[in-house]
Amino acid sequence: MTTAIQEPAPQLEERARTTRVGDAVFSRTALGAALLVVALLAGVAIFLFIQGLPALDAHGEQAYGKSSVWTLVGPLLFGTVLSALLAMIIVTPLAIGLALVISHYAPRRLAKPVGYLVDLLAAVPSVVFGLWGIAVLAPRLTPFYEWLNSWFGWIPLFDGPVSGSGRTLLTASVVLALMALPIVTAILREIFAQTPTMHQEAALALGATRWEMIRLAVLPYARSGIVAALLLGLGRALGETMAVAMVLSATGAIISFDVISSANSNTIAASIANNYANAAGLKINVLIFAGLALFVLTFAVNFLGRWVATRGQVKA
Amino acid sequence: MAKSIDVSDLDIYYGDFLAVQGVNMHVRARSVTAFIGPSGCGKSTVLRSLNRMHEVIPGARVEGKVTVDGQSLYDSAIDPVAVRRQIGMVFQRPNPFPTMSIYENVLAGNRLNAKKMKKSEADDIVERSLKGANLWNEVKDRLAKPGMGLSGGQQQRLCIARAIAVEPQVLLMDEPCSALDPISTSAIEDLIHELKSDYTIVIVTHNMQQAARVSDETGFFNLKAAGQPGHLVEFNSTQKMFANPDNEATEAYISGRFG
Repeated sequence: MTTAIQEPAPQLEERARTTRVGDAVFSRTALGAALLVVALLAGVAIFLFIQGLPALDAHGEQAYGKSSVWTLVGPLLFGTVLSALLAMIIVTPLAIGLALVISHYAPRRLAKPVGYLVDLLAAVPSVVFGLWGIAVLAPRLTPFYEWLNSWFGWIPLFDGPVSGSGRTLLTASVVLALMALPIVTAILREIFAQTPTMHQEAALALGATRWEMIRLAVLPYARSGIVAALLLGLGRALGETMAVAMVLSATGAIISFDVISSANSNTIAASIANNYANAAGLKINVLIFAGLALFVLTFAVNFLGRWVATRGQVKA
Repeated sequence: MAKSIDVSDLDIYYGDFLAVQGVNMHVRARSVTAFIGPSGCGKSTVLRSLNRMHEVIPGARVEGKVTVDGQSLYDSAIDPVAVRRQIGMVFQRPNPFPTMSIYENVLAGNRLNAKKMKKSEADDIVERSLKGANLWNEVKDRLAKPGMGLSGGQQQRLCIARAIAVEPQVLLMDEPCSALDPISTSAIEDLIHELKSDYTIVIVTHNMQQAARVSDETGFFNLKAAGQPGHLVEFNSTQKMFANPDNEATEAYISGRFG
């Protein structure tokens, strides 16, 4: 018996040693993974800068017929931002409404499957979204565009003439909106669900209806989260390539506010995807420079989104 | 304005779980009624069923009858939202709306009733309610500041001001002092004494001295046994409850022999 009592001491020590080794291995691995991400990001940025900067000398044929790389990238940037902004205008009410249904309106039995379905939307490959946009969405939107043009033609956005194929910037934006919907909805639904019960009960006890309770307690609480979620969604819409490249019948790098005609400004990502296979020499640098512009833009938007999110957390 | 409440054969369920069984009581108008009892015996549940707040929890439901001056609260034609506008509630933890100023917090309930208010009218309501909650002198110079900037006791009085701003018939208080220090507690208790002249007040408390100090009548709730539903053991005038209760279990609880 006495030996049995003395026994545990060395065992304990051994156990402690292995835990310490495990600890060290784990912390090194985690650190390595974190550093790898930073290195990758830096590597991408450096590559874009080194390969993109020679494009500043490009003009004429090499700059796809533009006088300089700026007059090429500028309109593309414009097309990118315009399509992404339109997508966010479509997705904002949709995502807020959907997230509220899932978090506050639908009975739990229904809310869960609806949530899963929205998440599933994120698993649809963008090629499929593109195919669906061309084959299903575009022809069905054309009559709607004609209606828009005849009633709201005085707004520069709906100037016309209406594209016959329906493969316009607005169609691309609708597809982008559907693609950004899952991530925005998922974030919003988490934020809405986190609204403190005591604030919700405060509103209900004053005789608030469900909508009034949401206005009094849920939306003020979620304000910064909503902005952050939308900016993250915007980041996704800005960078989306395949669906836009397929859906949009782009005219090239033009600035056009008309989103329902057949003359469309292209986006950076789609333009790179369309042109890269046939590019050589300085043209490659030009496309990489366009990529650099997109990189900076999405980086800034994501950064802004996270900044708003953390600022809101500190306040609450 | 103040009204009496009658509860008869009230059973309260959470899903299939019977939480409280067979409650009968009469709450007099313009009086303070205290609910005491050990944790988990259903006194808060009963309180929340008096303004249909317990329905907020999914699956919660009620059988039996609750009437306020003869009007049944659980009538199918009655909108729970309308009930809650008549019967105000103050919670355990102060819960002013974090994004609103003191001024807007007081008016939150009035704004819900969607009446267009003149500025002077709104000012009057804010001043009257804050005075009613004994908070006016402390905050009158900073009405535009956020309600969350006040101390815990002040926040709780702000919540009381918000509840009485809509001039309810009944005021329910769910352990309103349990998150407060003794000085704030004393301020709230004084306030309850003053509010009694205008409102019917029902208060849940864990503090028996508090029940003895503020209430006219007291209901003692207890579990029949572990896992059994809670029930109302005794309902009597506070004086009798604390001096010479009818029920042995009440005496045991009040004299500190259990709970």
